[in-house]
Amino acid sequence: MENVLRAIFTTDFFYSIFRVATPILFASMGAVVANTAGVPNVALEGIMLLAAFLGMMFSAISGSAFVGLLAALVGGILCAGVIAFFVLYYKTKMILSCIAINTLISGGTVILLYMFTGDKGTSASVASKVLPNIEIPLIKSIPILGGVISGHNVLTYLAVISVVAVYFFIKRTPVGYHMRAVGLDANAAESVGVNVNRVKVLALLISGFLAAFGGAFMSMGYVNWFSRDMVAGRGWIAVAAEAMGQTTVIGTAIASLLFGAADALSNAVSALGWSSELVRTIPYCATLIGLIMFSIRTSGKAKGRLKTNIARHEKAKAIKLNTLKKS
Amino acid sequence: MDNKSRLFPVVRTAAALLISFATAFLIIVCVSKTPLESFYIFAIGPFTKMRYIGNIVEYAIPVIFSGLGMAVLFQAKLVNLGGEGVFYISAAIVSFAAIFFIMPAFIHQSAIILLGAVIGMAVMSIPAFLRAKYNGSELVSSLMLNSILLGVGQYLLNTKLRDSNAGAQVSYKFVPSTAMPVIVPGTKITSGLLVALASVLIVYILLYKTKWGYMLRMSGINDEFAKYSGISTFAAVVLAHLVAGALMGMGGAVETISMHKRFEWTALPGYGFEGCMIAMLANNNPIGVIGASLFVGYLHIGADLVARLSDVPTEMIAVLQCVILLLVSAEGFLQGLRQRWIEQGVK
Repeated sequence: MENVLRAIFTTDFFYSIFRVATPILFASMGAVVANTAGVPNVALEGIMLLAAFLGMMFSAISGSAFVGLLAALVGGILCAGVIAFFVLYYKTKMILSCIAINTLISGGTVILLYMFTGDKGTSASVASKVLPNIEIPLIKSIPILGGVISGHNVLTYLAVISVVAVYFFIKRTPVGYHMRAVGLDANAAESVGVNVNRVKVLALLISGFLAAFGGAFMSMGYVNWFSRDMVAGRGWIAVAAEAMGQTTVIGTAIASLLFGAADALSNAVSALGWSSELVRTIPYCATLIGLIMFSIRTSGKAKGRLKTNIARHEKAKAIKLNTLKKS
Repeated sequence: MDNKSRLFPVVRTAAALLISFATAFLIIVCVSKTPLESFYIFAIGPFTKMRYIGNIVEYAIPVIFSGLGMAVLFQAKLVNLGGEGVFYISAAIVSFAAIFFIMPAFIHQSAIILLGAVIGMAVMSIPAFLRAKYNGSELVSSLMLNSILLGVGQYLLNTKLRDSNAGAQVSYKFVPSTAMPVIVPGTKITSGLLVALASVLIVYILLYKTKWGYMLRMSGINDEFAKYSGISTFAAVVLAHLVAGALMGMGGAVETISMHKRFEWTALPGYGFEGCMIAMLANNNPIGVIGASLFVGYLHIGADLVARLSDVPTEMIAVLQCVILLLVSAEGFLQGLRQRWIEQGVK
């Protein structure tokens, strides 16, 4: 136990929380935007994987990490566009089309990887680029805080900024307002002149855009190669984080950081010689337990609300009866 | 409704399959150096040898179980992708029974299949209760369970079952009495097929001929209405999960003792997601699951052959599955044609 604590209370550990939470944070912000407009996007996993692949491939071809990032973002948006097309115009069920897209990308990236490198496992043979790390001038020199906050990948800072940006987008802009209206009641929104489909498409595209950042981070920041199925459930963890955060930006960001911490923990204790198979399940266990606790709490609240409503109703009825009797 | 518009779902599925074959052709043209030959191997190859036809049926057996399980879940409007993890953990745990116990063959095999069913129900009860009692997303919880069960299964394989004399990461050999008997000579089709067909029949009767099945389907069609007419949606959700869990657990057990001599899965086997597509293709009908499974088996054997005899990666299958799944589940696909047919029928 002492060893575990010693492994946890280091600057490296807290630094790594932000590092591993970056892809989850991006994807969960995407989930928040999509769900706000009532189109729960569960293809984040696939979109991230596609973005990771495109980032690797285009940065290797062009020799520029920035071009790779751009390609990843375009790919993410296009992929979300395909989903939007099938869901909104072909009336495919959201979950099924997302599952189909995930399957497609999981297999498709392997084919493309094979065509590009001749290897079906990893892109280690190709020299792809990495996005730069940033040292923050003043904070860098603060003893402990500097080690935790400074020196991250540029996308990690962007992930934090994206939380703020999504918050303001949903709360303060007209489009964000429309999204919330559509998510609450699409028919009501339509009746006051909101173009429901356009808002939903936009929400899906934004979620694809954000998830693509997370995917690009996987192959151009977290590591510097692409390997098959390298996203490894992070898109689903983001979906779970969004469910726990109840579609609020702040709650979702906190949940994402918690899952990131669980992930960092699994990395930290695996160095202690614990069974690596079981240690690797820590983030998923944490997510599952989080989901269970969250569901029990919200359903308890809903029941409590129902009970108070019934009680209030009974009371009102009793008062009414009393007044009737008196008169 | 005249005959023509009743035919519509068939035409639509056929169109989806046609498009998926065109996609396959397109991929092969892009990847292969000898496209026509490769496409021939993919499309016709699986029927050229008795052994290949046997392979199709062998492939279909486990996916019949997962397709049935998904059909039951879909009928109750539940989206649970935990089949993957159930297949894996069931195979891992029944391997203990297949390695460390000695019993008469028939009893041993039956016991193993039953054990698989129990494991499946135990696993599925977690997302079931979470959904039924607290309305927690069964999709997310089942996906998390998949990753957890994969870890647990690998742990069991590496620490308890691992045969250190074998070069690869595999378990000890199973006791010979566990091997399911082959029923079609010249192939490896085992009596597992009979178990699968019996399951289809039982699920059909359960869904369409019993009170429980009615309850399950009603809560899928409209759970508010079901609630008001006195149906317990709690029971329906739990029942659907338990039936699906039992089927998928059995699938894992049957696959393990009919196709394998050791436990050798080091990653999730992919049957769970396949079940999703099969249930869609079969329109959630248990009988249709048989045909859909054979079709998926055919696609797989075709892709395997083309990967082995030519130069196209077998992952091509994922692209085909996506196209089929998207088009078959797209209500708006060919809607114009349907409209025209209906209008013609009215005239």
